[in-house]
Amino acid sequence: MTTSSDQPVPESSAVQTEMLGFLAKRTGTTWATDADVFGSGGLSSLFAMELVVHLEKSYGIAIRGADLRMENFRTVRRMAALVERLRQPAPGGSGA
Amino acid sequence: MAAENGTPGAGRRLAVLGAGVMGSGIAALAVGHGIAVSLIDPDRRRLAEAPARIDHQVRMARLMGALPEEAVPGALDTGPSPADLPAAGGLAPTAVIEAVTEDADAKAKALADVSALVAPGTPIISNTSSIPIDELALATARPVDLIGTHFMNPPYLIRTVEVIRGTHTGEATLDALRALLAALRREPIVVEDAPGFVTSRILHPMINDAVRVVAAGTASAESVDRLMRGCLGHPTGPLRTADLIGLDNLVDSLWVLHSRTGDEGCRPCDLLLELVRAGHLGRKSGRGFYEYEGEQA
Repeated sequence: MTTSSDQPVPESSAVQTEMLGFLAKRTGTTWATDADVFGSGGLSSLFAMELVVHLEKSYGIAIRGADLRMENFRTVRRMAALVERLRQPAPGGSGA
Repeated sequence: MAAENGTPGAGRRLAVLGAGVMGSGIAALAVGHGIAVSLIDPDRRRLAEAPARIDHQVRMARLMGALPEEAVPGALDTGPSPADLPAAGGLAPTAVIEAVTEDADAKAKALADVSALVAPGTPIISNTSSIPIDELALATARPVDLIGTHFMNPPYLIRTVEVIRGTHTGEATLDALRALLAALRREPIVVEDAPGFVTSRILHPMINDAVRVVAAGTASAESVDRLMRGCLGHPTGPLRTADLIGLDNLVDSLWVLHSRTGDEGCRPCDLLLELVRAGHLGRKSGRGFYEYEGEQA
């Protein structure tokens, strides 16, 4: 379902690895990159803001406005894609 | 630039007295809905920390889809004294919300000070979980302008607001509060004045009993909350709710209820008093019945 074949998923494996480590440490369980962290048996939505603050501090990005929606933080893959996008000075996928 | 058309709170300016949990939560709700806020608190350290806390809450509200898409955040200014109010922002407040600590004397003083400063006809809203509005009205110059609210925490997530009409509250004051709550997209339920009104009169003695159950060793806090959630449909459980209210605020409210109703069920139980003495005040201090490592109030 979340293979995101319609969107280019960046090779942001370093961010994914780090986020999987962060989630494992904070929750005491391991997560898959496409697992819904807020799904059944997952985290409280109040934890989402902690994810936002962690991503901002770790990657020197500012997540504001329309990017502040739960969908962007639902899986490790989506969080990594957001980081990748916000790190780039302009959209256009020049990081190939 | 100030918020313009399309933003629900455009043109309003709210003065909020008290930068504690409820004052900053109400300020965040207003700012998130495009209403300019002047936040007043004599505690300069708390005041200095307030803008970051409010920004955090506005972002949290945005993240949870609790703010209108089109809202441009309202401006926030802060100051130590209500005496600065008429000048701040060059616009007199359209309403004042008093949200200082849940202590009748502290509230009476804040209300007396501010009612001497704002124009007659400006609604003065006391946000309280239990203190009767008629009692607070004695401190104000114009009881007709005074009305009560009891916002739940966090205000940006809970849509329903208990509104308390005092004996002397004017119809225009009630109408103005209804309009303000509509701009904040909250639903008012208007009730008559009494100690604890409706929600606290029912909830706070119930939480007190839940703490007694834990103190007696009948069940852990987790088990009490899981039973109340799973069997009775309580959204968070009484003890997690207590942590969110703030155990010190809960004790203050229980004393208000106890002294005014004589109901012994409202006397704060020993475990609750012990936790407060130990500084375990709930979510805002990082620990109450639960631990909140890494979370911000």
